[in-house]
Amino acid sequence: MIAEVGQLALILAFLVSSVQVVAGFVGARRRDPSLMALARAAAWMQLLFVATAFLALAASFVMNDVSVALVAQHSNSAQPLIYKFGATWGNHEGSMLLWVLILAVQGASVAHFGGSLRETLQARVLAVQAVIGLAFLGFSLFTSNPFLRLSPAPADGSELNPLLQDPGLVFHPPILYLGYVGFSAAFAFALAALIEGRVDAAWARWVRPWVLASWICLTLGIAAGSAWAYYTLGWGGWWFWDPVENASLMPWLMGTALLHSALVLEKRGALVSWTILLAIITFSFSLIGTFLVRSGVLTSVHAFALDAKRGVYILGIIGGLTGSALALFAWRAPMMRTGALFAPLSREGGITLNNVFLLAATAAVFLGTFYPVFVDMAKGAPVSVGPPYYRITFVPLFVPLLLLVSFGPMLNWKRNSWREVLGRLLWPIIIAGFVLLLATVVLGMAWVLTAAAFALGVFLIAGAAAVLVRRWKLTSGGNWRRFVRTTPLASYGFVLAHAGLGVTTLGITAVSAFQAERVLNMVPGESVALAGKRVTLESVLPVEGPNYQATEANFRVVGRWGERVLVSQRRFYPVSQTQTTQAGIGVGLLGNTYVSVGDQNPDGSIVVRMWNHPLVDWIWVGAFMMAFGGMLSLADRRLRVGFAAPAIRPALEVAAQ
Amino acid sequence: MKRLVFLVPVALFAVVVLTFAIGLGRDPSRIPSVLVGKPLPVFSLPGVRSRDAGLSSKEFRGEPRLLNVFASWCVSCRVEHPVLLQLKQEGVPIDGLDWKDDAIQGAHYLAQNGDPYMRAGNDRSGRTGIDLGVTGVPETFVVDGRGIVRYKHVGPIEPDDWTGTIKPLMDSLRTHS
Repeated sequence: MIAEVGQLALILAFLVSSVQVVAGFVGARRRDPSLMALARAAAWMQLLFVATAFLALAASFVMNDVSVALVAQHSNSAQPLIYKFGATWGNHEGSMLLWVLILAVQGASVAHFGGSLRETLQARVLAVQAVIGLAFLGFSLFTSNPFLRLSPAPADGSELNPLLQDPGLVFHPPILYLGYVGFSAAFAFALAALIEGRVDAAWARWVRPWVLASWICLTLGIAAGSAWAYYTLGWGGWWFWDPVENASLMPWLMGTALLHSALVLEKRGALVSWTILLAIITFSFSLIGTFLVRSGVLTSVHAFALDAKRGVYILGIIGGLTGSALALFAWRAPMMRTGALFAPLSREGGITLNNVFLLAATAAVFLGTFYPVFVDMAKGAPVSVGPPYYRITFVPLFVPLLLLVSFGPMLNWKRNSWREVLGRLLWPIIIAGFVLLLATVVLGMAWVLTAAAFALGVFLIAGAAAVLVRRWKLTSGGNWRRFVRTTPLASYGFVLAHAGLGVTTLGITAVSAFQAERVLNMVPGESVALAGKRVTLESVLPVEGPNYQATEANFRVVGRWGERVLVSQRRFYPVSQTQTTQAGIGVGLLGNTYVSVGDQNPDGSIVVRMWNHPLVDWIWVGAFMMAFGGMLSLADRRLRVGFAAPAIRPALEVAAQ
Repeated sequence: MKRLVFLVPVALFAVVVLTFAIGLGRDPSRIPSVLVGKPLPVFSLPGVRSRDAGLSSKEFRGEPRLLNVFASWCVSCRVEHPVLLQLKQEGVPIDGLDWKDDAIQGAHYLAQNGDPYMRAGNDRSGRTGIDLGVTGVPETFVVDGRGIVRYKHVGPIEPDDWTGTIKPLMDSLRTHS
């Protein structure tokens, strides 16, 4: 019964979406207030129906109603409640439904908060969003219906992939999806602007919060995914250049570019068509990411091949949405007003260069990810070209970009001189130079690249700090309170984000250069040395989990700063006949100790793999700093949705007439 | 002229979509490999594990074998790995080619995840991979008793691939030889 309610709600949502498309486009064209009001109401109705459908599916999972095919395939009565719930989106059909739900939330918020927008623009944005919604609801209904029944119903379901039975699953995909779907707002705004033939600073101020919010979610999602891979996959890596990871990295890179170019558009009215193009491309990468990522990880192995009909529909969605957007761009963008001019050495120039590097880096990742598809049309892309490719393509493109980061905020808008800029960065350059020298002396000439990478990380942090120092000198007059009060949150935001990038750089450098690793057979009581610590295997015991059996190994790690106990498990899930490894991780500011066990040998010894990962947590701390910086910026009054800017507004309206 | 610049994105996109459309139209399990029907390219590689004497193309004689291309950095290989271990249990002879990887990393990978291979060779430079036409990992070749490549599977072998395609092929190769 519940599943049928969900099914019905999904169909109604589909119908309401079509109403929203027509009411939005026609209403805006005829400037008909009642039609445009209908589009807003439809956005609310859509949210209501999609939420009903989603709740119905979640209820089916929680109650373990195995007569629903999807539940029978992905959930099992022995599974803990939280994973039954998580299984709702831990599969293709359910994750599509989650996607549509987030889209509907967005549509409703454009309808609710968009009161200060030009009414025609708002209606067109809603219409474009409904087109996207229509495509995805159709996809759900026609090719991957989550509510199909099984007859006869099986006694119990098979299990959620054990790798996905992790607290990370419960919030990782939703956050990532929030990020992906968020860019649909930027896309909808871009298309609406192309149709209206007008882009202005107010438009950019409206788009930026959406882009920023998506970017924050994507940053958190990618960091969470990487941390999740680090602790569950049991081999201590944090980034694998897997197609699934790349799928989230590409929209992140393009979103970063969009974030910066929208800033130029807002502040200087330049890079108009470029920003619109970026908005279109970013969302297109999100679409690709959605289809590759789906439930979170390795399930992407089945990406396109499972069902040709699905593959064609997916390609149809991407082709239709992106294709028509780009065609519209080719037609309308040349007619739009071109932006203000700027000198090559200016903040606009710096951001343009940042965009070029980000675009090139994205292209490198795109080629690496889809190369096998292009070469011999493999199964969607489960094969990987591997780290060697990215080491020679992505890294050389990203390092200059990191060098640029500290220069950006020090540049003036419009034009600048090298002398001035270098003068403002004098201290960061001196500090970074000192780090380079010191690290080279300590590590030796052979490690000069590692030393340079450390110096780069320090330069990023010092460069970010220098922004605040400069502000202090210029505006505070020596008064701390006034300084804190007058510095906008957005400034703290970008300073924190840029510094976070530096922290991540330091983490990546340290763990890439100095991780230590040992693999050996150990018997209980045996102890070995690892990077200045002593690791002792205390005991190996069988333990019984709710839906698995495990061999548990207990370790004692004694280091310079005390001792700790680490536990690693080798788990066997009988229902799906799979094995997983739970690593034991001792987290520390300066690095982690990571142990993971393999199978027990007949003689009672056990295969142990252990690592020392220096500064590895800095990678995620840095990512969190970036996300938090984004949140600060989002909280800034200047960007708050629905703000009124009395000084600028009348001027724009005059310009519009 | 300026208008043409704005056409570039949509044109590029059309090329990409066309490529995908062609890719979707093909049955991925029947990718013709240039090598199919031809002898294995000649190679002789150092071993991966301490007990390995290495892996050479000359050793593919006698009975049909699988040559599985893997790497310790490859995520999809980990998906495939339990299937390979299962095949080993069933007595299927599998040799491993550790592609673009340190032999030590490869050995660790096998120590950690279980070892399905009879012999394993390390192709650090990726040179043999190029000769074999490897586009990514994992890939698996079916080689008959005379050293001729009969089939190439791209991506992880899943249970259906084994029962539906590879096993019947190997059975028929075995009876014909």
